[in-house]
Amino acid sequence: MTDKSPLTLTINGRDHAIAVEARRTLADAIREDCGQTGTHIGCEHGICGACTVIVDGEPVRSCLMFAVQAEGRQIRTVEGLADGETLHVMQQAFMDHHGLQCGFCTPGFLMLAVGVLEREPDISDDDLLDVLSSNLCRCTGYQNIIKAVRAAADEMRK
Amino acid sequence: MKPAPFVRHVPRTLDQALAILSQVAGQDGRILAGGQSLVPIMAFRLAKPAHLIDINEVAGLDQLASDGKMLSIGARVRHAAFHAPVADNRLAALLTYVAHHIAHYPIRMRGTFCGSLAHADPASEWCLTAATLGATMIAMSQRGTREIAAKDFFEGIMATALAEDELLAEVRLPLLASDAKFGFYEFNRRAGDFAMASSLVTYRIVDGKIAEARVGVGGAESAPRRITEAETALNGATPDDDAFRAAAEAARDAIDPLEDHQTDAAYRRDLVRAVVRRALEHSLT
Repeated sequence: MTDKSPLTLTINGRDHAIAVEARRTLADAIREDCGQTGTHIGCEHGICGACTVIVDGEPVRSCLMFAVQAEGRQIRTVEGLADGETLHVMQQAFMDHHGLQCGFCTPGFLMLAVGVLEREPDISDDDLLDVLSSNLCRCTGYQNIIKAVRAAADEMRK
Repeated sequence: MKPAPFVRHVPRTLDQALAILSQVAGQDGRILAGGQSLVPIMAFRLAKPAHLIDINEVAGLDQLASDGKMLSIGARVRHAAFHAPVADNRLAALLTYVAHHIAHYPIRMRGTFCGSLAHADPASEWCLTAATLGATMIAMSQRGTREIAAKDFFEGIMATALAEDELLAEVRLPLLASDAKFGFYEFNRRAGDFAMASSLVTYRIVDGKIAEARVGVGGAESAPRRITEAETALNGATPDDDAFRAAAEAARDAIDPLEDHQTDAAYRRDLVRAVVRRALEHSLT
């Protein structure tokens, strides 16, 4: 049962042919097998949200999915946000509003906020605040993250 | 923090899923639906299932249908399905309100209603909902299909009446009357955390008096249940602060409180009094 099975993960539109055990989490496969280390791993049990990625349009905890469950699905990670040298409006807003310090939680917050706003562009401010309670940040005290996401939300609605 | 090795099975039909389950149930085979509770306990190695039957590819398990009396919820209906009302009924409004209290948005994208019930965490919002409203569980195995009433389903902390070869294929919730009132409140120390106590109430007002009261309490005992003493305090009373206080105190006195490192029995009782009263107050908003 520790046999590895061949598998193709599609991350930011690019196919990665890998071989993993069934128990390999999507988070580990993205980082270790596909080399996309922008996705961070914090708690490994679904509490911190650092590993949040977008799978088929849904923001999910990649530590709570197995890689084999993501075959054939469109996976988006922080590496896919920017368009060349141009940052995604959410990334730019985090810079403009000082929404990060150490940056460890940032990829998770970015994918959470982008994933939710793409699904629900007109989400209420209260609900957006509730969404941002999904992820943990140990540096900023959240206020600047909230400011950044609100600003980006306004931008994304235009 | 890595799950132990397991064999993954990917059935495409319900029959295939039940056949595999009957084969591997005795070898610690488990159903994997949303995985939002199972995968964390596997990461901690609290669970080391030898086989996982992943039902995410099984056709037809995501059905959500109402026949005018009951709402049927298939085994793979995610929490997020209830973010907006799923039917034109008070029950749908209740489910939407409760759903927003379950963990966090990304968890609700994956976690399933039936999975929560099968997992049977005492603090689960859906377990409280099923117990309070009197859900019917549809358990299927190769041996056949049986219905289990909510009052007979929850047997304790993460323990249910499901046999090891049974899949919780569907849950049916009775629709609510058009004039039904509902209220929900849960207490936790951080948003999205496990509730330390929770309450769901429903009732109608007939001639100015409370009727058909249901008072459920979760997170306070080893399994969620209706508290008859609190319902008795409400039925026939005027829906006001006095009645709500009396019901809350009756619930406080009636429970057999769980104790843990952060909550002793006296504190749990006090939380139950508070959440029942706040759920009742919410019912009038």
